[in-house]
Amino acid sequence: MLTYTIRRLFLAIPTLLFIALVIFLLLELAPGDPMAEMPLTIPDEVKQRMREALGLGKPWYTRFGLWLYQFFVVEPQYWIDGTFGTDFAGGAQRIISFQSRAPVFDIIAQRVPQTLWVVGMSYIVGVLIALPIGIISAYRQYSWFDNLGTFISMVGFSVPTFFTGVLLIVIFSVNLGWFPSIYDTTHKVESWADFGFQVKQMAMPVFVLALYNAAQISRFMRASMLDNLNQDYVRTARAKGLTERVVVLVHVLRNSMIPVITVIALGVPSVFGGAIITEQVFKVNGLGQLLIIAIQASDIPMVMTLTFIFAVLIVLFNLIADVLYGVFDPRIRYD
Amino acid sequence: MTDPSAPIAGTKAPSSLWRNVWSQFRAHRGAFWGGLFLVFITLFVLVGPLMWDVDAQKLDMRGKNMRPIYTVLWDADAKVSWTRPLGTDNLGRDTLAKMMAGGQVSLAVGWTAMILSLVLGTIIGVLAGFFRRLDGPLMRFTDLVLSLPLLPLLLVMMLLFRDPLRMAFGPETGIFILIVVVIGITSWMNTARIVRGDVLALKEQEFILAARSIGTPARRMIPRHILPNVLSPIMVSATLGLANAIITESALSFLGLGFPSDFPTWGKLLFDSVDRMTSYPERVIWPGIAISFTVLSVNYIGDGLRDALDPRIRGR
Repeated sequence: MLTYTIRRLFLAIPTLLFIALVIFLLLELAPGDPMAEMPLTIPDEVKQRMREALGLGKPWYTRFGLWLYQFFVVEPQYWIDGTFGTDFAGGAQRIISFQSRAPVFDIIAQRVPQTLWVVGMSYIVGVLIALPIGIISAYRQYSWFDNLGTFISMVGFSVPTFFTGVLLIVIFSVNLGWFPSIYDTTHKVESWADFGFQVKQMAMPVFVLALYNAAQISRFMRASMLDNLNQDYVRTARAKGLTERVVVLVHVLRNSMIPVITVIALGVPSVFGGAIITEQVFKVNGLGQLLIIAIQASDIPMVMTLTFIFAVLIVLFNLIADVLYGVFDPRIRYD
Repeated sequence: MTDPSAPIAGTKAPSSLWRNVWSQFRAHRGAFWGGLFLVFITLFVLVGPLMWDVDAQKLDMRGKNMRPIYTVLWDADAKVSWTRPLGTDNLGRDTLAKMMAGGQVSLAVGWTAMILSLVLGTIIGVLAGFFRRLDGPLMRFTDLVLSLPLLPLLLVMMLLFRDPLRMAFGPETGIFILIVVVIGITSWMNTARIVRGDVLALKEQEFILAARSIGTPARRMIPRHILPNVLSPIMVSATLGLANAIITESALSFLGLGFPSDFPTWGKLLFDSVDRMTSYPERVIWPGIAISFTVLSVNYIGDGLRDALDPRIRGR
């Protein structure tokens, strides 16, 4: 198992390098000029010098190498320095955003908590809703509960999140006035009343994303339970006189969870991608919104770094899913 | 979802494969109604403009901000008119006409992008499954594309190629080509994987061996023996592809990276109305309902097709 994990980790390196190259070359074609917003009175040769100061004058392979060096060597050094108070980095050049002239990773670090709170919470809520629905749907196949669950999950992944979000805003903020329609990031939780407000402003974005995630996971859970419920070992367990509760919740559930766990792991990175739209609807200033703004301002270092972080998440969770499969299912041996 | 009361296929004397498939498909209630709705919405956007002869782009400043006709039911003072059944926007353009025009574009993008991704996926899947030497590289390539962060890249590509294509083909055609191509090349991977798996299984069957033994070359083997037998997974992934393409197009429009604003699609209509949704919620709700119901019906059709084309379920 360990050798398999290590081998996969090594295989992930060329994949990630290739992905980084693809993203970099794509961005290289960008027509947007970071100098476009500078005043027109700046003479051309000064502009040229400013462009070089941003590192745009050199050929692409030099800049790609530099970016890789900054991403994998310089930024971790700064991170270690910041955490332990050491001085490894020694003032080396960091990845700088064109827009704000601030290090990209500092901006990302400011945005991560919002995304993690809203997106992470919605994923957890989604999973917690999906599992019981999937189990009951499978146990009572074709009952009214199952039909309702099938319908809701169909709706859940057919209705785009931007429409569910907007619909919830129209109903609950505009007409009923229960929840705020805009997520207030500056809000700090210091008392119970503050906490209540935080729950209120998170309710709608979390619900929208949770519905979308729950729709897919509950389908997998149902299918996986159905596969197992008709197996011989279930009949054996019942014949032994075990209670129905033990049969379903221990014997069947444990075996059905194997594929579902990998699906849950595989879904984590796509949640970050899908959250781009939800963050835009509720004006949550998380990573997704940061990416949109960066794309519109052709802030290449920011777009490059964010997209690459998304790619790292995908590769990482693919790996985690495969390893989990081996850990939970004794029939699968990678070695 | 199989309906036990469905008429059992084969009770009527001669029945062909496709008739069995059709009877099974009809028995699936969701798929049946989904199909009806898809026909309805297609007629709505294609035939509708002939019957509702109003120019979607015509400005009418006197008749701006009209509410839909049904608003009268609870608000007698609302500004409504029977000549504008769904109201008008802040420039006086007729919402019903815009819904039809927008639907044409949304559905056209959906169908074209779906066909493109299907063609790509099928070619790659068949090549990888049929020629052993291509299998490794093509499937590694598929895995690689699958591990790209697609939505961010989609946004980046939209931004990069928008201006050059606009120059080359004009603002509307250029964006149309761009959106279709971009959605097509980011959604073929699942089709390719499914098709490859099925081709691998097919290759082991006797009729392929027989065809090979009489010296059928690959270029005749694939269209004659392989493709007809992988048709059913292709059809199922076609429905998924159509749903995905419609959603992606409207999401791009919603993020402000789709079509220009004087060229309505359902997603664009929704996006343009979000700022005023407090006073005019109907402008958000109608395009949203159109997108959601279309995608829902397509998903149900896919569900029904999967059951109808599966010989283990069909006829039970």
